[in-house]
Amino acid sequence: MRIYIDHAATTPCDKRVVEAMLPYFTDEYGNADSQHYFGRDTAKAVADARETVAGLIGCKPNELYFTSSGTEADNWALKGVALHNRHKGNHIIISAIEHHAILTSADWLENNGFRVTRLPVDSTGRVSPKDLENAIDDQTTLVSVMYVNNEVGTIEPVRELADIAHKHGALFHSDCVQAMPYIKIDVKELGVDLLSMSAHKFYGPKGVGALYIRNGVKLDKLICGGGQERSQRGGTTNTPLVVGMAKALEYAVTEMEENNSRIAKLRDRFVDRVLAEIPYVRFNGNKEHRVPSVANFSFEFVEGEGILMLMDFNGIAVSSGSACSSGSLDPSHVLLAMGVPIEVSHGSIRFSFGKDNTMEEVDYTVEKLKETIAKLREMSPLFNLKTGGTYNV
Amino acid sequence: MYNQKVLDAFANPQNVGVIENADGEGTVGNATCGDIMKITLKIENDVIVDAKFQTFGCAAAIATSSTATQMIIGMTVDEALQVTNAKVVEYLEGLPPQKIHCSVLAEEAIKKAIEDYRTKQQNKSVDKTSIEYV
Repeated sequence: MRIYIDHAATTPCDKRVVEAMLPYFTDEYGNADSQHYFGRDTAKAVADARETVAGLIGCKPNELYFTSSGTEADNWALKGVALHNRHKGNHIIISAIEHHAILTSADWLENNGFRVTRLPVDSTGRVSPKDLENAIDDQTTLVSVMYVNNEVGTIEPVRELADIAHKHGALFHSDCVQAMPYIKIDVKELGVDLLSMSAHKFYGPKGVGALYIRNGVKLDKLICGGGQERSQRGGTTNTPLVVGMAKALEYAVTEMEENNSRIAKLRDRFVDRVLAEIPYVRFNGNKEHRVPSVANFSFEFVEGEGILMLMDFNGIAVSSGSACSSGSLDPSHVLLAMGVPIEVSHGSIRFSFGKDNTMEEVDYTVEKLKETIAKLREMSPLFNLKTGGTYNV
Repeated sequence: MYNQKVLDAFANPQNVGVIENADGEGTVGNATCGDIMKITLKIENDVIVDAKFQTFGCAAAIATSSTATQMIIGMTVDEALQVTNAKVVEYLEGLPPQKIHCSVLAEEAIKKAIEDYRTKQQNKSVDKTSIEYV
């Protein structure tokens, strides 16, 4: 048996989406910039896809730029805006719990002479608008805060933050990669000037994303090349992937309500059972402002990689924010920013449910999780120190 | 990323536990860094007749802990002191580069446990001397 509970990492591509993409690999393969029939044919498909995605997020088609990924969109937004506006100011603000695409782009800017402020979060992972008010100054050109955090699923007060940025003459960008499958986006309502998305998080293909850039916002190019994407992003348009992203977003939006309620039921049962049946466990996240898919727990006295691997031996795929599985020696920056003690953060696991999971899978996962945690705790000197070795699941 | 031998050692660790009234005991590492290993030894005539471990740490830390205890059972304490992390890694046919540091834990825990054993031995002989003196 294989159970996939790692939808925040990626989702399977919907078969209906694959169907929609297939002709553009083999039959309708023209370069969308070619002037002959083949080019006109794919140019039409790309234009339709752009119109679809734009319509679904409430922007104009000419405000949407296709990219290779959410990461590229994030890089472009941060570096592009900061570099373009450096004569106005050299300060940008992000949150401490951003995705690495934002974090490391901000590091890059810092290494190139920019000032970067990283806003703290509360114990549930929420940024406080007050902290933004305090951090913003007349040198600030850009504020970037994600809509939904990828590790704990907390929803950020983006609208409020965007209003503060605008009040001070700064632009506002939001990485909405994790929000798109669960929250209907309207860029006007959200108040953002730039927004990143990625198709493979909403049952679309990997390798394609987009950046919304409100008309009037100027930023430097990241990828220089031909005249694609209104000469703002070079590289032959990837027709099948762009078509796939549009199709996937269409399904995500029309089936959102149904998926959300199904997934939330799975998540709720899982969270309730884990908290009731496993001792010394800490729930990481916000119980009110959150997406329905994510449940992040820290299991005290054990290390996340061991949990992940024993679960994998049982056919269950989950994700660990622990240092040991990420290749670096630092545990999750998100959990640390939330104030989770470092020794507890080592034992953290993210479970992210999807539309195809079942209640049986949830129950099976809880059973295997209990066995796994018990097995690792039996081996743990910390646990035996704390409990005198008297532990029964 | 792990080879089959490491996966097996992690999935079926040997010698998990604590020896009561151990002749030597060593605990190394700390929770902040994410790994701690405790090793207890039963030693007769300078030969390690039993070894048990408890480890808080990643799969590599658990696999190397288990392997190290298996390697030193039957060795004299002097031989056990020659068991380096490189030898443990060699026994496991390699670890991913970023995991090599996890194997140092086992080597250090063994050294500490043997040190503890020797200190206890010295104290015993001091006790004997004092008894004879009286």
